[in-house]
Amino acid sequence: MTAAVEEVLGLGDDALIAAQRLAEWCARAPEMEEDVALTNIALDQLGAARMLLSYAGELEGAGRDEDALAYLRGDREFRNVLLAELPNGDFAVTMAKLLFLAAYQRNRYQQLMQSTDDRLAGIAATAVKESAYHLDHASLWTVRLGDGTEESRRRMQSAVDMVWPYTYELFDGNDLRDGWLAVVEPVLAEATLTRPEEGGWAPRGGRTGLHTEHLSYLLAEMQVLHRAHPGAAW
Amino acid sequence: MTSSYAYEVAARVMDPELRVVTIAELGILREVVADRDRAVVTITPTYSGCPAMDVIRADVTSALRNAGWDTVEVVTRLRPPWTTDWIAESGQAKLAAAGIAPAGPVSLGMPGRRAPAPACPRCGSAQTEQVSRFGSTACKSLWRCGRCREPFEHVKAI
Repeated sequence: MTAAVEEVLGLGDDALIAAQRLAEWCARAPEMEEDVALTNIALDQLGAARMLLSYAGELEGAGRDEDALAYLRGDREFRNVLLAELPNGDFAVTMAKLLFLAAYQRNRYQQLMQSTDDRLAGIAATAVKESAYHLDHASLWTVRLGDGTEESRRRMQSAVDMVWPYTYELFDGNDLRDGWLAVVEPVLAEATLTRPEEGGWAPRGGRTGLHTEHLSYLLAEMQVLHRAHPGAAW
Repeated sequence: MTSSYAYEVAARVMDPELRVVTIAELGILREVVADRDRAVVTITPTYSGCPAMDVIRADVTSALRNAGWDTVEVVTRLRPPWTTDWIAESGQAKLAAAGIAPAGPVSLGMPGRRAPAPACPRCGSAQTEQVSRFGSTACKSLWRCGRCREPFEHVKAI
């Protein structure tokens, strides 16, 4: 049985938009090692996005390849979760986003390794190990910043509070939230941080193409070159 | 023009980034099936976004064309996924000789486990510390030797 186009697009778009956001740190990160780390994580995400979008294009059967899907869709056609498209904010916000997204992706890829769709299972088997490294990186920083100075703690707590509402959407259509909480809550606890209570504001819409205004600006930058020179190749 | 000769030709292709080891030693080359006219090479990518894979595909294709095959096809196989456990011992030794600490066993090295610090490939000291989990490429981390003071890269277990 093969996976649904929408499902594969969702996974691919999560990775593509996450990659694009992380790439914005290139030459701007707080220190050189972190510049290298964030761009390497972005590259891992981009690699997974390419495999997933190529597959989605094949499943769709309308002749769209990875480039057509990445560069020529409008925001209403993107299927990423809103969490991925949020602006990077300060470094703490970027780490909160990465912690929550990587914990979700790792568990999701782990689940997909059992998929009856061989191709998707194969992509997941490669990506799951990279997600483990992303999660580890974000966890280390969350703890360091949370259990750090007054300033770092204030920023990290504010980041967690700001990003938390966007995490509910990650679990629409799957049963992975409990497993995710089991990963994320101990990290927050070790970082001496609190998390918002259940049942708060829960923005959604990404999986059906209803995005925040942030995605439009991101796509404008990501797509402008390809749209100016359609079909161009190196 | 047999499969085994085709395999030998493909196996000699060097990794474009870690130029001291071949794609066979890295475990990237999985299988070659060939007859007189056509060679089909199966490779497994290392990391999802590894930019060296396109170069490897091109290098494998030209190596086999130069060896006489008209039609060369490079196929990507994702399962089982690539792991550093597939790196041959000769490959590990060549990496170390080039100043890159080879990967330890995956059973010890993945995040969350207590991996022993790699020994310095220059002076052999165990007194090493990690500078960055991510190095110049997706597959390596950056370390520093406490004894000889030289930085070195380490292939991450994955």
